[in-house]
Amino acid sequence: MDRISLEHGAGGKLSHDLFTRVFASKYGNRHLSRAADKAVLRIGNRRIAFTTDAFIMSPRKVPGCSLGALSIHGTVNDLLTCGAKPMYVSASFVMEEGFPVKELGEIAEDMASAAKGCEVEIVTGDTKVVERGKADGAFVVTSGIGEVLSRVDVSGRNARPGDSVIVTGSVGRHGVAVLIARGEFGLATEIKSDCSSLTGLILPLLRKYGPMIHSLRDPTRGGIGTTLNEIALESKTCLRVEEAGIPIDPSVKAACDLLGMDPLYMACEGVMAIVVDPRAESQVLRALRKRGAKEAAPIGRVISIPKGRVLMTTSVGGIRHVGMLRGVSLPRIC
Amino acid sequence: MTTSSFSDPRLVSDLAARISSLGVKDVQLMEVCGTHTVSLARHGVKSLLPSGIRVVSGPGCPVCVTSDSDLNLAFQAARTEGATVATFGDMMKVPVGGISLLDLRARGADVKTVYSPFDVLSLPSRGTTVFFGVGFETTSPGVAALLREACRRGVRDLCLISCFKLIPPALRAILSAGDTKIDGLILPGHVSTIIGTRPYEFLADEFDVPGVITGFEPVDLMMAIYALLKMIKDNKAALVNAYTRSVRPEGNQEALKLLGEYFEPADAEWRGLGRIPKSGLALRPEHSDYDAARRLRLVRTQLAEPSGCRCADVIRGAALPTECPLFSKKCTPENPVGPCMVSSEGACAAYYDYG
Repeated sequence: MDRISLEHGAGGKLSHDLFTRVFASKYGNRHLSRAADKAVLRIGNRRIAFTTDAFIMSPRKVPGCSLGALSIHGTVNDLLTCGAKPMYVSASFVMEEGFPVKELGEIAEDMASAAKGCEVEIVTGDTKVVERGKADGAFVVTSGIGEVLSRVDVSGRNARPGDSVIVTGSVGRHGVAVLIARGEFGLATEIKSDCSSLTGLILPLLRKYGPMIHSLRDPTRGGIGTTLNEIALESKTCLRVEEAGIPIDPSVKAACDLLGMDPLYMACEGVMAIVVDPRAESQVLRALRKRGAKEAAPIGRVISIPKGRVLMTTSVGGIRHVGMLRGVSLPRIC
Repeated sequence: MTTSSFSDPRLVSDLAARISSLGVKDVQLMEVCGTHTVSLARHGVKSLLPSGIRVVSGPGCPVCVTSDSDLNLAFQAARTEGATVATFGDMMKVPVGGISLLDLRARGADVKTVYSPFDVLSLPSRGTTVFFGVGFETTSPGVAALLREACRRGVRDLCLISCFKLIPPALRAILSAGDTKIDGLILPGHVSTIIGTRPYEFLADEFDVPGVITGFEPVDLMMAIYALLKMIKDNKAALVNAYTRSVRPEGNQEALKLLGEYFEPADAEWRGLGRIPKSGLALRPEHSDYDAARRLRLVRTQLAEPSGCRCADVIRGAALPTECPLFSKKCTPENPVGPCMVSSEGACAAYYDYG
C-alpha cells in the first residue's frame, strides 16, 4: 500500500487496515478505538459521545435521501450507537466554485428539517471553496455530541455468548438506491433509501432496557456483513446468523441478484443491529415493531467459538462463513 | 416452478438426501463457470454434500484465465500517451510483477471501469479509447454489438485488446491433458445460452465424461450434482441440459452470427493451461483497424507467473485454493498474488470469502 485507492474508503477491511497503519499508531490514546468515527469521553461526571463523519454522496439526491438529510441522520445515528442522546451537531462544507447557491440552500434546508426531526441543533460550522474541478460539487462534514444515558454501555465488546442479534429493518436499501440512481446499470426500477434518524426508535429502547442492550451498531458502509464481523472481532465471539431471518426487501434482492452483488454488504442508513440479552429479545422486538419498525427481526445468536467469525446458515440449509466487505462492491462481469 | 422455488430449502434438502442415498464415493466434479463457483460458495452447497464428493473449480473465471502477457498489453496501452484504457472492474486489480492497472491509475494513467461494453462509447477519453476485453461467449457478442455500433457511427478513436476466450476448447484441453481427475462436469448456464448444447457433445462421445448444463440457483446446482452422480453410479456418460428455461440446443443464433461478423477463432494463451488452439477470439482481418496492438504498436512479451502461486493448478482443477501455500497468508484479497484471489468469481476469493 503506497497510494490511497477507492477501496480504502469503502468501509471494509482495507479501511480498517488504513486506520490501524496510518492513524492509530500516531494518534494513540485510550479513547481511540477501532470504530474510529466515534468516542465516548468522560467530562466531569458525565459521559459524552463525540462522533464525526464526512458525506460524499453521488448523486446528491436519490429516492428517500439527500446529501443534507444523510449528513444529519448519519451523525445522529452514530451518536445513538454510543448509547447517547444526540444533542448538538456541527456542519462544514467543501464546495467547488460555481456550485449553485440554490442547491446549497436546499442542502441546508434538508439538514435543518432532519435536525428538527431528531431533536438536535446545528450550532456551528464552516465553509470552504475550492477551484472548479477540485471537489465533486459539494462535500459535507458533520460532527455531533450527545450525552450517554445512565446504565447504558453498548460497545461492540459487550456481546456475550447466548445473546440475541436483532436488526431493526430490511438491509441494503441505501446502497442499492444510490447504485440504481447513478443510472450506470440502466435499471428502470426505483428503490427508496432507508435514510432516517433512529432516535425515536432507539432512545426509548435504551431508556427502558438499558443494561439488557449489549451492543448497538449501524451497518452503514460495508453493510450488515461487515458490522456483524466488527462485533464478533471486538467481543471475541462468534455470531451465528440465519440467512432466512435477515429481512431483505424483494426489490433490493432482485437488483442485487441482477448485478451480482450481495445485499449483506450494501449500506443501510436507517437500520440498527442490536445485540441484546436473550431474556429481553421478545420485549425489544415488540417495542421496535410498536414504534414502526415493522420488519425488525431476530437474525441469530452470539456463540463462543470460532472467535471473531460470522457463520451463516444459508437459506437452503448450507453453512458458510460471512467475511468483511473487501474492496468496493462491483457488479459481476459475466 | 417459480423463481423462488429454485431456492426452496425443502427441495434442496430432498436432493441432498437423494445424493447421499446414491452412496457414490471418491468422485471429483468440476464446476466450469465462475458464477457457479460463487453460487456454490454463497449458498453453502458443498456443506450439504457427503464427504466423498469433491467439487473443484474450472477455467470459467475470465479474469483468472487471462494470461500475464495479455495483461501486459493492457499495461502498455495504459502507459501510452493519449490513451484511455477501459475494462471491467476486477481486471483493474490483477497484479503483474506487483503492479496492477489500479496502481497505474493512481500514478496518473487514464484507466476507467465500465460495467457494459457500450459504456465505452460515452466515456471521456484522452484520445484513443482502448477497450481491454476479457470474457467468454457471454461477453463477446456484446462487444461485437459495440463494434457494429462503432462502425455505424464511424467512431475512429476506439480500439480493442481482444482476450475473449471460448469454453469448449478449454474443456478439451483439460480432459486431453488427463492430469486432473474429472468424473463429471457442471456446465455453464450463461455461456450455454449463447452457444447451445452441441459444442459439448464431445465430452461424453470422446472422453466418456458426463456433463450437465445448469442454472445458478441452489436447486439447479443440487439437481446437476444429483444427475451427474446418478450417471457416474450407472456408469453412463451423457450430456444433459437441465437449464432448458434458458438454453436451447442451437443456442442464440443471432448472437453467434454477430460474433462471427467481427471475430474469428484464434489460438489463445490461458493462464494455467498454456496456449490452446482456436480457443480465443481475434478480430477478423477486415476489422483490424480496431486492433489496439496494431494501432498502438503494443508488443507481446512472455512473462513468468509469480513464484509459489498455484492459480494455474486451481484453474485446471488440479488443486483446491486451500492447497496453495500462499492462500490467505501471502495472498489475500487485499494483497492478491494471483488472479484467482482478485476476481469475485475466482475460486480463491470464493474460498476466502465464504469458506
